[in-house]
Amino acid sequence: MSTTTGTAVALRSTLRVATAGSVDDGKSTLIGRLLHDTKTVFEDQLAAVVKASRRYGDGETNLALLTDGLRAEREQGITIDVAHRYFATPQRSFIVADTPGHAQYTRNMVTGASNADVAIVLVDARHGVLEQTRRHAFIATLLGVKSIVVAVNKMDLVDWDEAEFDLIAKEVIEYVQALPTPVPVTAIPLSALLGDNVVDASPNTPWYDGPPLLQWLEEFDADPRTEVGGRLHVQRVIRPQGGEFADFRGYAGVVNGGGFAVGDEVTIEPSGNRAVIKALHRAGKPVHSAENGHAVVIELTTTIDVARGDVFVATEGTVVPHIGESVEAEVCWMVDQPLTVGSRWWFKHGTRTGRATVTAIDYRHDLASLDREPTESLELNTLGRVRLLLSEPIVADRYIDNPEGGRMILIDEATNSTAGALMITAVAR
Amino acid sequence: MSTTTHLESLTDEAITIIREVATECQNPVLLFSGGKDSAVLLHLAVLAFAPARLPFPVMHVDTGHNFAEVIEYRDQFVRDVGARLVIASVQESIDKGRVVEDTGPRASRNRLQSVTLLDAMIEHGFDAAFGGGRRDEDKARAKERILSFRDQQGRWDPRQQRPEPWDVLNARIRKGEQLRAFPLSNWTELDIWQYIAVHDLALPTIYYSHTRTVVERDGMLLAVGGPVVAEPGEVPYEAVVRYRTVGDASCTGAVESTAANVHDVIIEVAAARITERGATRADDTFSESAMEDRKREGYF
Repeated sequence: MSTTTGTAVALRSTLRVATAGSVDDGKSTLIGRLLHDTKTVFEDQLAAVVKASRRYGDGETNLALLTDGLRAEREQGITIDVAHRYFATPQRSFIVADTPGHAQYTRNMVTGASNADVAIVLVDARHGVLEQTRRHAFIATLLGVKSIVVAVNKMDLVDWDEAEFDLIAKEVIEYVQALPTPVPVTAIPLSALLGDNVVDASPNTPWYDGPPLLQWLEEFDADPRTEVGGRLHVQRVIRPQGGEFADFRGYAGVVNGGGFAVGDEVTIEPSGNRAVIKALHRAGKPVHSAENGHAVVIELTTTIDVARGDVFVATEGTVVPHIGESVEAEVCWMVDQPLTVGSRWWFKHGTRTGRATVTAIDYRHDLASLDREPTESLELNTLGRVRLLLSEPIVADRYIDNPEGGRMILIDEATNSTAGALMITAVAR
Repeated sequence: MSTTTHLESLTDEAITIIREVATECQNPVLLFSGGKDSAVLLHLAVLAFAPARLPFPVMHVDTGHNFAEVIEYRDQFVRDVGARLVIASVQESIDKGRVVEDTGPRASRNRLQSVTLLDAMIEHGFDAAFGGGRRDEDKARAKERILSFRDQQGRWDPRQQRPEPWDVLNARIRKGEQLRAFPLSNWTELDIWQYIAVHDLALPTIYYSHTRTVVERDGMLLAVGGPVVAEPGEVPYEAVVRYRTVGDASCTGAVESTAANVHDVIIEVAAARITERGATRADDTFSESAMEDRKREGYF
């Protein structure tokens, strides 16, 4: 403990990591190994896992049971839904989403990967790259992970063969580089079961001169994002209506795309009205400025009409947001009910909700060939490009320019389930 | 490079979730037991709407097996923030015959809370309940979404959870259905204590070291005098303890500790080798899927 309060200053910001890859490639075992070898597993958790491993007939202690917490998962030895786990090293804090490999649970993988900075794509060294490997790599890059680590797992079962590793690494790297939104790829040979190259460097891979997985994660720095300029989607108007704050009128929301400071001029879209920031509050305290991710309340120098769903845009921003009702987006489809031309859904973008009608499906992505196939509908767990007409205009960014301003969900009108995750590529009036 | 600390990010995230659910839902309520997690949750909720008042009431599902210090703390905190307190009483559920209490020295009212909670949600027309649950507490909680959908019987179906991409929260429900919202999902026990230190948040005194008469049972130290009665062969003795969690007094254990203030506790928690539930909750050691089973029945 470096300080008496335990508030040791981490060298780097929190890293959000998601696992990906096909079923039985060892995702949960890898996370279990990371937790175990970083001494994050508590004695009672380990004792429970040892006991459960015996009950389910697993030979050795099955570290996957550290994240496969549901009864149905333990009975079947699979992961059904995302487990979130937390650990910290002296270098940084980690939030890990362990996602399912089965195609039928892809929507849960989307949930886990949507907030990730880095995706660890596991590949079983014996089986090589499978359809799910490609699907998950595709989804991870669409969702905007900044880097992919290919963990070539079960290397012990191929006698730590360098040529096998190179073959798989090359295949994934070539696949990712051919995707619509490629990201850097790093390959690491490891054994999640035995711990080689997970936390400690392995003596079995003298031909590998890169870092073990944990060290790579600790040292990873994303390229700083190019900011589009501050935005804030108004969540709620804060009006005390009485007492000493009777005249207080604040607009609550999360800053994204850049920052705001007291004295800045903002444009309130879609009305286009302009105003100047009088004060900023974060967690109940006045602050001079706020940056990406800060939950704030903004006070303006003048009283103008602002409601939930409106967007504050820094007038000095570098990229002007796109405003309109016609939207074009990449979509991950996540419910049984297919997305068809003419179908109608609820949409939620930022803090604005309304109805969306599908006007066209441009294509579906073929995950193996990367061809764009013409289609009349998008089924569960498929990816494609759609066009929508919204009941009211949104103030949006392209997802690749500013993810917080370019993401949108579609909601099933009958069941209220979240049906689609959309990454906006264009908006027009 | 960002200067935002991990704790500040968690705080931003929690406040955003609280504001969003409070705005999208018709009639939310915040579950407040007087425990450390719900204290942090209520503190965050107050900050989320400051300087306006908390726009929803708080509710205590009261098992009747309480620590006096915690009830005193609960009432004081609620008074200080000017919130309306709704008490849902497990004793009333028992008196009305809604639930039947287990008997015997190891009986606990913890599981009965699900019925009382659901009855109160319906009686008051609450459509969403904020809870202080954290994913690091338990393996079933680790699987739960930030917005957890519950059917008309209040049940959680872990195999049919709504996708929750990014933090775009979908709070849409049909009449009679409910949501549970967990703004502290991504917090750990250590994060909670660091928040308490940074914000100088008062807690019930039983979270800090004190002397108490206990019996040792199943590896746990249970306070005698309240609902816990020493069984034959158990010898009550004085121990220097504190509580890591505060729940129903019949099944919440103390741990031996000399940590007398928040900084001592942080050092203790940082070095802990046993989880807080494993160390202090008899109800979770009943079976491998105890928490999942309770959640399926409508537990927090």
